[in-house]
Amino acid sequence: MKRNILAKIAIALIAILLPAGAMASGHEEDGKKEGIDAQGIIFEHLGDGYGWEVPFNHHKRIPLPVIVWGSDGLHVFSSSRVTGHANGGVWRDGNAEFKIAGKDSPYKGKVVEIIDGKEVKPAIDISITKNVCGIFIAVLLVIWAIMSVARWHKTQGMKGPRKMTGAVEFVILFIYDGVIKPTLKDKAPKFAPYLLTVFFFILVMNLLGLIVIFPGGANLTGNIAVTLVLAILTFFITNIFATKHYWKEIFNPDVPWWLKYPLPIMPIIEIFGVFTKPAALTVRLFANMMGGHMIVIVLTLLIFIFAAMGPVVTGATAVVSVIFSVFMLCIDVLVSFIQAYVFTMLSTLFIALGQEEGHHEKHEDSAKHGEVQSAAPAAHN
Amino acid sequence: MELFTPDFGLIFWMFVSFAILFFILWKWGWPAIMKGVSDRADLIDKGVEYAQNAKEQLDHAREEADKQIAEARRQQADMLREADRMKTQIIEEARTAAQAEAKKVMDAAKVSIEQERKEAQQQFRNEVSSFALDIAQKVVRNEMKDEKAQEKLVSSLLDEIEKQN
Repeated sequence: MKRNILAKIAIALIAILLPAGAMASGHEEDGKKEGIDAQGIIFEHLGDGYGWEVPFNHHKRIPLPVIVWGSDGLHVFSSSRVTGHANGGVWRDGNAEFKIAGKDSPYKGKVVEIIDGKEVKPAIDISITKNVCGIFIAVLLVIWAIMSVARWHKTQGMKGPRKMTGAVEFVILFIYDGVIKPTLKDKAPKFAPYLLTVFFFILVMNLLGLIVIFPGGANLTGNIAVTLVLAILTFFITNIFATKHYWKEIFNPDVPWWLKYPLPIMPIIEIFGVFTKPAALTVRLFANMMGGHMIVIVLTLLIFIFAAMGPVVTGATAVVSVIFSVFMLCIDVLVSFIQAYVFTMLSTLFIALGQEEGHHEKHEDSAKHGEVQSAAPAAHN
Repeated sequence: MELFTPDFGLIFWMFVSFAILFFILWKWGWPAIMKGVSDRADLIDKGVEYAQNAKEQLDHAREEADKQIAEARRQQADMLREADRMKTQIIEEARTAAQAEAKKVMDAAKVSIEQERKEAQQQFRNEVSSFALDIAQKVVRNEMKDEKAQEKLVSSLLDEIEKQN
């Protein structure tokens, strides 16, 4: 107990003294450093980048390939050519010159081609950026996790899976039996592969985003492009597999006639609803994950913002900030799971809405389902 | 705000990555897992059913065993009773047989005693008769010392013979 308390005091002291020391040396080196560009740092961390930062170093980055379609065709080069300071950050590849646009450019932070001294955005920029690389890592992790369960089932037969395999299988069954099956009923096996893939992909991306250093650190699900793609996929699956009844409910819903004629109010609202669903999916996941990341970054930045007020204040802020950051990260772990769960649940719900049959058929169906369900527990439990 | 403008490159790679991920898991991942899970569920169901049946059979077997034990007890009791009955019967028979045997022995003894008595009687008679003959001889010898007496006797004997014929 006593030793524990001593250790805590020691850590607190170190926490207070370290920034003080760092600041003292910092002042000597860099006298003009006054305050920090909090907004710039936040957006740098939340946004994408052509290289991957390494810890404790602001200049070195893990280089990633830049793939752009410039004015004279395809160019592939390492991101270290343009992120470095050599040659003013301009890279000459063949006849084209590339650089990363500066802060004042409309293409801030993107690779641009310099044509006649002007910055022009390349037609296509499919560089393997930090986020793309993060997505690849997430894909590999998901494949590894799910295939380990699949392999277990193939090789170990009826044995119950243990350790990680067991944990992954538990989550699979939790989603399948808890979300997909009750909502989609007998259509569950048809859509389960997509929904389960989405769930695990989002979960792994969320969790990777919480890891500060490589291979984590990329703010994947806090990026609107990532969530947009997932939401669009759900949108397409919902509408492509939708039943006649679903479309009838959209264009000719079961409401009093004056809501449809002469002014088609309800159909307009319904059609609008078709597109707001994926939009809601996109924004919900994006905003939740980005918000969590932003809070943690801001809490960490507080230390450096308060650095101007002297070492003691900095130290105290550091302790408080770290405690809050850890707390936030713990919540973010929970949020990672919840958001993946919610995205899957809403996708399931939207797909299930598209699977609805007509009312008359529905009653028959539900009667049939009732039979099937009453028979099912006997077989499944 | 760059945060809210989706980047084309990222959308492209995200779509490609997801397509690859989905294809791999759709082809080799989920079907194997779902099949495995449902197979295992079936196995567990079967196991439970089997266990229930076994338990039922066990209960039944216990009942059966109890029944058989009761039956055995009953049979045992019957057999004991039978044995008891047979014992008394055997003893009874033995007693009768023994009595008969004893009677036989006794009869034989009686016969032999009778015989011996008869023999003894015979012997006694023989002896008595021989004594009597001896005594008669001696008496006769005394009386028949003179001729007259002898003649008298012969004549009386002759008389007797005459009378007889």
